[in-house]
Amino acid sequence: MKEENNNKAVIELDNVKRYFHVGSEVVKALRGVSFKIYEGEFVTIQGTSGSGKSTLLNQLGCLDTPTSGEYYLDGVPVRKMSKSQRAHLRNKKIGFIFQNYNLLANTTAVENVELPLMYNNKFNSRQRREAAIKALEAVGLGDRLYHKSNQMSGGQMQRVAIARALVNNPAVLLADEATGNLDTRTSFEVLVLFQELYKQGHTIIFVTHNPEIAEYSSRNIYLRDGQIREDTINTNIKSAAEALAALPKPVDD
Amino acid sequence: MNILNLFKVSLRAVASNKLRSFLSMLGIIIGVGAVITMMSIGQGSKASIREELAKQGTNLLTIRPGADMRGGVRRDPAQMQTLKPADYEAIMNEKKYVTYVSPEVTASGQVIYGNSNTTSSMYGESTDYLKIKQWDVQDGDNFTEEDVRKSAKVCIIGKTIVDELFNGADPIGKNIRFKSIPMKVIGVLKSKGYNSWGMDQDNVIIAPYTCVMKRISAQTYYGSIVCSAITEEMSDHAIEELTDILRRSHKIKEGGIDDFTIRSQAEMMETMSTTMDTVTMILGIAAGFSLLIAGIGIMNIMLVSVTERTKEIGLRMAVGATGLVISIQFLIESIFISLTGGIFGVLLGVGASSLLPKMGMPSIVPAWSIFLSFGVCVVIGILFGYIPARKAANMDPIDAIRHE
Repeated sequence: MKEENNNKAVIELDNVKRYFHVGSEVVKALRGVSFKIYEGEFVTIQGTSGSGKSTLLNQLGCLDTPTSGEYYLDGVPVRKMSKSQRAHLRNKKIGFIFQNYNLLANTTAVENVELPLMYNNKFNSRQRREAAIKALEAVGLGDRLYHKSNQMSGGQMQRVAIARALVNNPAVLLADEATGNLDTRTSFEVLVLFQELYKQGHTIIFVTHNPEIAEYSSRNIYLRDGQIREDTINTNIKSAAEALAALPKPVDD
Repeated sequence: MNILNLFKVSLRAVASNKLRSFLSMLGIIIGVGAVITMMSIGQGSKASIREELAKQGTNLLTIRPGADMRGGVRRDPAQMQTLKPADYEAIMNEKKYVTYVSPEVTASGQVIYGNSNTTSSMYGESTDYLKIKQWDVQDGDNFTEEDVRKSAKVCIIGKTIVDELFNGADPIGKNIRFKSIPMKVIGVLKSKGYNSWGMDQDNVIIAPYTCVMKRISAQTYYGSIVCSAITEEMSDHAIEELTDILRRSHKIKEGGIDDFTIRSQAEMMETMSTTMDTVTMILGIAAGFSLLIAGIGIMNIMLVSVTERTKEIGLRMAVGATGLVISIQFLIESIFISLTGGIFGVLLGVGASSLLPKMGMPSIVPAWSIFLSFGVCVVIGILFGYIPARKAANMDPIDAIRHE
């Protein structure tokens, strides 16, 4: 991690603990997690189910606050923020990408992408539309702006979701099993996109249970029982584009 | 998020569920339509009754026996025999504010002509009666003072009697029998049609009161005395004058209770107006309940909608919508549904109200009922949208976004 130190820390977790009270028992989902993620990193967070992955994601996404410890997003301490303050923070600093895309039904690609900007007073409708078109072009959907969400394939929907995450120019992209619902070929296509975004300097956190994906990221955090077990820099980042090219050609039917 | 964006978001949601939005609107449409129609019927009936009463002469005064106390027992006014020929004479001699006077005696029974018969009412009146009631004879003549003096067995009859008994033949000069007393028809009244109570005003026989008293009901007192004040404005003076004359004629002491009542047409109209306002209110309230139910319908739909769109709400929250913004979005939706329903409801109500007169029902749409309906719609939208909106706003984005 030393070579990243000249960059700004986008995310800083300082001994973050998150306990849940279930009946009379206390479930310790995160038992003191500390790490920093610097601008321009592509980090995969791995772990089996029950490892605290989702809880960590909720913390990173400002959807939840730590029981103790502190989380700084782009230098801003989050723990004591109110619900609506965190909503504003999410709006400005975070781009979410979900496993099942979460697009609005019966709504065009461009309207889906505009959604985060609807909650930002600084954008008028013209600026909103421009930014959404730009984001869709960046994910290679410039020709599908007005397709409705139900007229698109899974890969296309996930691209729309990525465009939506990019449209507010966030400090960090948070992907939650973003390839989980896609077939192998489409998964690689989406990974290619993530690698492109990484090369452009976007900070990406990719939460997954699939160890293969770690080979395409720049850093891998492995979580078990609410604690970090491994935190390794990947010096040999595989190219998703090459892997995609190496896949057997799809049979035309 | 600015309010314009919120409107866009809300309207998109309404538009994406057209059938459901329409169905929940339907309740409001029917409710508002019903309220406006009911109000218009109430107000229309009131206006038509007023008009009806005005037609009978707004200066009409009716004296009835009444308020008699004998040994502390109040008696049925219809049984009382306090209005006598002496009273009539006194009024005729002393009247200043009164133009026309007619004692009235009524009887009802079977009327026969040839082999036809019908049931009708006979009104015994003076010659002034038609002037008081502003009624005209269409064929033939009114009876004369001479007829009254001689208790002549003559009568003028209404259109319905002509239709029922004469079957197109000319009734003038024919003898009809009322309770087996032969009466000569000397005139036919101009048709008045039905009054607002649904009573056929043409099913009448008018005869000299002397004749009815002596030959038909064998009584020496009047059922009532009808008069007309010289003008409507003079009605109060006329009532005072008549009261004075009758008290003297009845020898009622200072402080004693009148054994008669005098009602003016203006007073009747006032009473009718008040009654019709009450009826309108009751109709309105009944229809208002359907609005309440429509509101509950909207709440129901909105609650379903919130549950169904849990994931959408979660997503909106994840990308930066605050609870407040989410709740406003759903409030706008419910207000939009109820207000749009209200607009269509007003159109429906106004439409229905304008059709009613063609079916013989009077109706007037009061402007305030339209404003009231709109107001109620907004209140319903807010009131019944509040609970679903709050439910949406209080969702936890973490649970909401993973909701399946």
